[in-house]
Amino acid sequence: MSFISSTLAVVSKDVRSELRTRYAMNALLMFVVTSVATILFALREDEVSTEVLSGMFWVVIFFTAMSGLSRIFVSEEERGTTMTLKLVASPSVVYFGKLIFNCGLTLTLSSAVTILYLVVFPTFIIKSMVVFASTVFLGSLGFAATATIIAAIIAKANTKGTLYPVLSFPILIPLLITVMKSTTRALDGEIFNEALGEFQMLTSYLMIIIVGSYLLFDYIWKE
Amino acid sequence: MSVVKYSSIAFITFAILAGIAIPMVPQPQSWLEFPIIPGLEDKARNIFFHVPMAWTSVLGFIFALFYGFRYLLTKDFDYDIKSVSSAGLGMMFCILATITGSIWAKFSWGSFWNWDPRETSIFILLLIYGAYFALRSALGSDEVRARLAAVYSIIAGMTAPYYIFITPRIVGGLHPGAKGDTTGSMPLAQLHMTLNMGFVFFIGIIGFSLFFLWLLNLRIRIAQIEYQISKNKM
Repeated sequence: MSFISSTLAVVSKDVRSELRTRYAMNALLMFVVTSVATILFALREDEVSTEVLSGMFWVVIFFTAMSGLSRIFVSEEERGTTMTLKLVASPSVVYFGKLIFNCGLTLTLSSAVTILYLVVFPTFIIKSMVVFASTVFLGSLGFAATATIIAAIIAKANTKGTLYPVLSFPILIPLLITVMKSTTRALDGEIFNEALGEFQMLTSYLMIIIVGSYLLFDYIWKE
Repeated sequence: MSVVKYSSIAFITFAILAGIAIPMVPQPQSWLEFPIIPGLEDKARNIFFHVPMAWTSVLGFIFALFYGFRYLLTKDFDYDIKSVSSAGLGMMFCILATITGSIWAKFSWGSFWNWDPRETSIFILLLIYGAYFALRSALGSDEVRARLAAVYSIIAGMTAPYYIFITPRIVGGLHPGAKGDTTGSMPLAQLHMTLNMGFVFFIGIIGFSLFFLWLLNLRIRIAQIEYQISKNKM
């Protein structure tokens, strides 16, 4: 099989096993609903600024991603299927398959958060659609790329759940600062060119993480 | 190593004596007088100790990353011992830099912590060190621990340029070289210091770096002996 078709086979295997249990999807969506509800209880009727809203937006996405995205490798370890996967596919195929699946999951997640925010916060109005869409797209991909490689690292550890956000947070801080700033620009209705610096930064971050993970994944995956 | 040991003692002693003893006057005439910097006054003396500590904490991370990289290439367990020893030292200097910087910030800027971009970057470095050791303690076997810790330090190192070089420049801040400061900053620009202050400053940097190398050498030797003992017991 060629590289692309075997990668797609890994993706379809993950999608199928996800559709059977719907574990990740259900857990993530419930997590989003509970955290947004908590924010609503805290804010009540307050008029919140766009900075606070864009901060809250990414806080929800960050913690939801941290609660669910590690499953991609942890579930293989729990079910004891890691060895089989090692036998049938090369490390780079596994990495890109898992990355594509996590990208899909994060994009679904961030669209769900966007829709929920549009419904429940009257002040959350996207004035610049292009800036917002590009930020959410690039930001979600960056999140997924970092989350995938850290998930591969922690799959071998004893305390997976607590370790995951601890390891991911320092790596994600540059991304978080940039997407929060860029989302504020989108809510304030600035044009695309004003946020160009942020997009350059997001794109370069995404490229560095994916290339670095691709090169390092062999060392994580092979015993 | 004894050259490193004695010269580090000499350099740091010089930096401490010169940094504390040389008087600050409004119009410096001779070599043995520092200018008074408005708003900082005698508090400026902290620069001879605070900046070298921050520098050494970054040095510790670079060494840990380098030895981690060597470990991945050679699978020689000795490199993992060197890597973890260097990270431990780097974390100690990182805590020292955070404390000295925080005290300085209290008296110069009014509060212990201001979320200035450089404060954010030392905070991230502290988090990375913490995460590195948390990861090491959560992994069971020696081989897996060495491999994954090396990989994590490399991934953390890849994002380091963002918060060392990029974020402090695009976000406004209090340290020199933040957005809007046209003169630039360390590590990619000139210093705003008189020659004699710069001299003491660089002696401090060299002294702390040598001190780091000496401590690193000690720690590596201890760790190697401990490793030998634990292997002999089995």
